[in-house]
Amino acid sequence: MTSRRTTPAKAVQNPEGDAFPAADGAGKGLPYLLLAQEVHEFLCMEADLLDERRYDEWLDLLTDDISYWVPMRRNVQYGHWDSENTRQGQDMNWFDEGKSTLRLRIKQITSGVHWVEEPSPRVSRIISNVHAIRATPSLEDPEEVSVKYRVLIYRNKLADSTDMFAGKRDDVLRKVDGQWKIRKRTMLLDQSVLLSATMPFVL
Amino acid sequence: MGNGRQRNGPWVDVERGIISREIFVNEDIYRSELEQIFARTWLCVGHESQIPEPGDFFLSRMGEESVIVTRDPQRKIHVLLNTCRHRGMKVCRYDQGNTSVFTCPYHGWSYSTDGGLVQTPGDLFGVPQYKAGYREQLDKSEWGLIHVAGMEVYKGTIWATWDESAPSFNDYLGGMRFYLDALLDARDGSEGGSEVLGGMVKWRMPCNWKFAAENFAWDTYHSPTTHKSAELAGMGPGGEGQERHGSVHKNQAKRFTSGLMAFPSLGHASITGPPEVGAEPWFPEFPNDPAVAEYFKEVEARRRERLKGKVTVTPGNGNIFPNTAFHPWFPRTMVVWHPVGPSQTEAWRWYLVDKDAPWEVKDLLRHYYMRFSGPAGMVESDDMDNWVYATEASRGTIARRYPYHYGMGLGFAEPVDNLPDAVTVKASFSEEGARAFYQRWAELMNDKP
Repeated sequence: MTSRRTTPAKAVQNPEGDAFPAADGAGKGLPYLLLAQEVHEFLCMEADLLDERRYDEWLDLLTDDISYWVPMRRNVQYGHWDSENTRQGQDMNWFDEGKSTLRLRIKQITSGVHWVEEPSPRVSRIISNVHAIRATPSLEDPEEVSVKYRVLIYRNKLADSTDMFAGKRDDVLRKVDGQWKIRKRTMLLDQSVLLSATMPFVL
Repeated sequence: MGNGRQRNGPWVDVERGIISREIFVNEDIYRSELEQIFARTWLCVGHESQIPEPGDFFLSRMGEESVIVTRDPQRKIHVLLNTCRHRGMKVCRYDQGNTSVFTCPYHGWSYSTDGGLVQTPGDLFGVPQYKAGYREQLDKSEWGLIHVAGMEVYKGTIWATWDESAPSFNDYLGGMRFYLDALLDARDGSEGGSEVLGGMVKWRMPCNWKFAAENFAWDTYHSPTTHKSAELAGMGPGGEGQERHGSVHKNQAKRFTSGLMAFPSLGHASITGPPEVGAEPWFPEFPNDPAVAEYFKEVEARRRERLKGKVTVTPGNGNIFPNTAFHPWFPRTMVVWHPVGPSQTEAWRWYLVDKDAPWEVKDLLRHYYMRFSGPAGMVESDDMDNWVYATEASRGTIARRYPYHYGMGLGFAEPVDNLPDAVTVKASFSEEGARAFYQRWAELMNDKP
């Protein structure tokens, strides 16, 4: 091995947060509304695939180079935001992975002996606050869009095991052969110590 | 309750391999554990790489207690009980940071960790209305934050105890030191040199803490069943399609026939055999990453050279009594199972790498650790349901009448040359380690030193 560097090459910042600041949809007119509706529909459809356990179809919604990141959160003083979240590409995170690991997770679930998913829990992903949509190259002819929204995941297993996971998502969607796919997903889960023994494999 | 007995016999009968369900669900026994176990043993609170600079601190736990681990300007580490001496408020509620003063948010008592400002780091420093209210009639040196009775830094890991009469950490570890060293020494066999990756994985689970601890003390038995789906998926260190423990079956076989280790008088156990000359770890394959593969090939060669003729152990999972468990190799992590109630445990997991390893190597390990461990890990998530529902299904009035069976391999333990505290079982599967764990548990619950 030639490299003797023992630390990451550079600090990796929240890719969505920096690259796509919040956008105001007001005054943008019909193209914005049409795209916003299309994106919202896509996110709801994606949630359906997961909640209906159609995992292979869900996997097809991811670009091959997807980056899926869920940092862990720390209790910090007001203003000390740089240490509030674990860093993508550097620290341990709840999830910081690509398609190959997600493929493994689906393979594990569909084995029927992944005990945490047995018996199959009932899950509803509620998508809300879809906004701040930015499109490149244009709203009228978008190839890539970024979107911010909230997600609330309700999971019930067996009789009385119930968990809630709430958080803020930043996604980047890319159009591939006329179909939207997920290129990046960041989820800020609003818990520091996870208050559940396990978590759904897609937050 | 503290006498460790129940109506129909002892809670723990290691001679017969029978253990009552009460010790996993009973509230009174749990309260007694906090006193007899967690106030007396050595507990792991973290790793010194979490506080590299003077003034750095992080919050940790010891049993149910919140503690602050901090480094003073003279670089000495302190472990302080996180509660104001005035009305008990937590003086620190930030997970980590840098400061020399902890100011209570309630009435403003402040405690300094700078020995230049106060007599002893942690002493009371500032008291609002010291003159007007207290008329200077308060001996600040008497009302500092509570220090642990003992603190030890061992190859980077920080350990503490509340018991002034506790044995030294060295004696407490005994022969288990070999197995902890397998976690903490560099992969090439040189001493120490580990650091923790940023981000501690913390999660709550509604189970008794002992289920988790004993799982690491000996339990190779659960793997084929519990972790079948992870193995089927093929999520090993080398990436997609790679086996969980690598595919070096020859070494794997050696590891599982060299035996299991238990330290009955200390309560520790590990899933590999006695220290010996020529004990070798397995190294996984990295077919998708030639640079990492080459790195570990070099590391393995250096290790072989360095440890030639020396007595070492094959790295294997272990538990240091009562609640510090580790995976020493791939993955390389330690976890503390903090008791929160008879049916509630909070797990804190740290992940280690060789400090001087190239970043590409650390990054590959980081990815493996994430997909292996914790509540989102493909392997560890499947442990949780077992512990959670075993706890739940043992709570019933009827269920409690029927003890658990801990009798596998009973009577096959043999002494180990040169390790007086240890016994070994020459088998891949045995419950000797669990019996050692509960034997020590029962002794402490019965007030034995």
